[in-house]
Amino acid sequence: MSMNRRAFLKTTGAGLMASAFPISLVKLAFGGQDPSRDFTFGYISDAHIQQVKGTQFVRNWDMGLIRAVREANLLTPRPDFFMFGGDLAQLGKKEELDHGLEIMSSLRGKVRYVIGEHDYYLDLGKYWQEKISPLYYSFDHKGVHFVVLNSILTYHKWTYETWSSPMDRMLAMARLDNPQGSPFMVGDQQIAWLKKDLAKINQDTPVVVFSHSPIQKIFKPWNFWTQDAEKVQALLKPFEKATVIYGHVHQIQYNQIGNITFHAVMATAWPWPYPETYSQSASCLPKITVPMNRADPFFERDATGWQFVDMQSGKTAMHYQLPDNRNRTIAFDAATGKPQDVTYQDYSRRIPPQTHY
Amino acid sequence: MKTSSSGLKGMICTSAITVLFAACVAFAAPVGLPPVPVPADNPITPEKVKLGDKLFHDTRFSTTGEVSCATCHDKAKGFADGLPVSEGINKLKGTRNAPTIINAAYLHTQFWDGREPSLESQSAQPFLNPVEMGLKDHEPILKIVRSDPEYSNLFDNAFGKTGNQITMTEVKQALGTFERTLISGNSPFDQYYFKGDKTAMSPAAVRGLEVYVGQGRCVSCHRIEQTQALFTDNRFHMIGVSANQMPKDLDELSAAVQNVKEKGTDIAVLSNPQTSSLGRFAVTEDLTDIGAFKTPTLRNIELTAPYMHDGSHKTLEEVVTFYNNGGRLDEADPVPELLSGGIRPLNLTEAQQADLVAFLKALTSPEFAQK
Repeated sequence: MSMNRRAFLKTTGAGLMASAFPISLVKLAFGGQDPSRDFTFGYISDAHIQQVKGTQFVRNWDMGLIRAVREANLLTPRPDFFMFGGDLAQLGKKEELDHGLEIMSSLRGKVRYVIGEHDYYLDLGKYWQEKISPLYYSFDHKGVHFVVLNSILTYHKWTYETWSSPMDRMLAMARLDNPQGSPFMVGDQQIAWLKKDLAKINQDTPVVVFSHSPIQKIFKPWNFWTQDAEKVQALLKPFEKATVIYGHVHQIQYNQIGNITFHAVMATAWPWPYPETYSQSASCLPKITVPMNRADPFFERDATGWQFVDMQSGKTAMHYQLPDNRNRTIAFDAATGKPQDVTYQDYSRRIPPQTHY
Repeated sequence: MKTSSSGLKGMICTSAITVLFAACVAFAAPVGLPPVPVPADNPITPEKVKLGDKLFHDTRFSTTGEVSCATCHDKAKGFADGLPVSEGINKLKGTRNAPTIINAAYLHTQFWDGREPSLESQSAQPFLNPVEMGLKDHEPILKIVRSDPEYSNLFDNAFGKTGNQITMTEVKQALGTFERTLISGNSPFDQYYFKGDKTAMSPAAVRGLEVYVGQGRCVSCHRIEQTQALFTDNRFHMIGVSANQMPKDLDELSAAVQNVKEKGTDIAVLSNPQTSSLGRFAVTEDLTDIGAFKTPTLRNIELTAPYMHDGSHKTLEEVVTFYNNGGRLDEADPVPELLSGGIRPLNLTEAQQADLVAFLKALTSPEFAQK
């Protein structure tokens, strides 16, 4: 940087910097009750870095993660930390995790990781724990208690006694609509840990849970599902403000169950269509307001993205950054007691889905 | 300009039908192009065209008396200037390659970053840019057109206005109208594709068309439609050109944005390569638009080297290499981080690339073909 510009930045100060910056990245103020507890964190998820062979990786997935990191580095004011929401790799290989970490290494700021099934089912999280992160843990930041869960476990028999090789197991879990698939779960051991972890926390402390799969039941054949979600929800029930933020679904979802607010995050890799309603148990998900179909396959980043999250006195506002599409914000609405799309919630503002011929 | 009776077919004039009808006859769309869109408040008349033509070529509207619109949009050079970036008064250089104004009438926005919506609004800016014609304001232009007897006549005929009744509105309308007549289709491709003349293009160009719509994916942005081909989608894409000039971090980006806010887009982007590299972002401040520039038409592309918004590609062969490498001239260069998702390596063979160039050379209209 030239001396002139350095001097310029010093003298102009923060006010001008903010005004000189694109509004899409300026933290929006929602009038939290306690500004000292208001902060922002970034969230990148579902990169699905995939090795083709040797040092060759799927270009499209690389570009998605690279773009998210590059854009997130422009966020101002800087977020307090970043989360990565799982599925850094496609088939859990060291090469994929290493390549993903290399791209993530240029992200400015502290990053914490949530494990996804694509990271786990090759070596059952061995390399992940060595190189990246524990599988589940908690931390506190500015008066908010954060919990990271490993929500993509499944039955012991399926994991350990069904497959002839680790890669067979990985491929089986990576497949959608797999009749030999198995539902995700947090598991009793981790739930016992969570119970203990939360026992130390005051009930007026905001709690935010990060998981890879939704801690709610949406669509079983694609594992938009956690088998023991109700057990986790029960542990969150005593808290005044509880939020679950999950990856895996590659689309915007939001929901309110009792005191718990749910948000999904976007993938940097590819979008999933919104699934048909699954009738095994009644879904209380609100209707999707803007279907994330991709208008033109040419724009491979359309319907992918990343997000930053405003924590306002324990309530969340999700700011989705959507290349080749319109950015969206889903914020908790105190009047309705639910998360709502700040622009498109009203029926008249909704964007009708395309008809494909 | 050649006119074509078939171009009249299905022509719809949306407003002022009686006035426009004569104009439409005079400027009927050639093969491969739709009718020219004409703003309701500025119908084409021969008088306005004549006036616009004179204004376009008048060098008195620059501080040195040496630069006119035609300096950078020279008919002999395909209404471009053959330079990497244009030169204005005192040989001052801007940051961007002069786009041809042939068929600019069809574009939804003007300038490489689309910062102006119409030919009329576009036409007033180069007069005031310090590296183009350098005027402080438009007054010197009005002084000349209000006092010069020849202009008095022309404005009277075109608008029924003389003296102080003449304002920049009439100047801009006349310039826009003149540009709206610079319409050119009927290339060998048009004869081949829309007229079914299978001999109109060389076998190499025919093979190149296959690459163009297929493996080369060119048609995704440079569009060919059922009955017409504008060779643009009127959108903005970050294809990797001048990626190494883009702001590298937040401080540089903030400084560039600040530059735009202080000086205005037109002056800021033409005076600073880094600010210029923001592309469409300087207009929208939308992150998707960082480094994104308007898809230019490919008609008469053979005439308007060098290429890209900064004139950084000397030949069509270089352009094809650049796209084939997924947004890089040299395959060893890093992939630009914010590259549009549409730009990806194409794996074209040498022969396919040569065919593609042959096809691009079949887009030259006969009135501009080198004799």
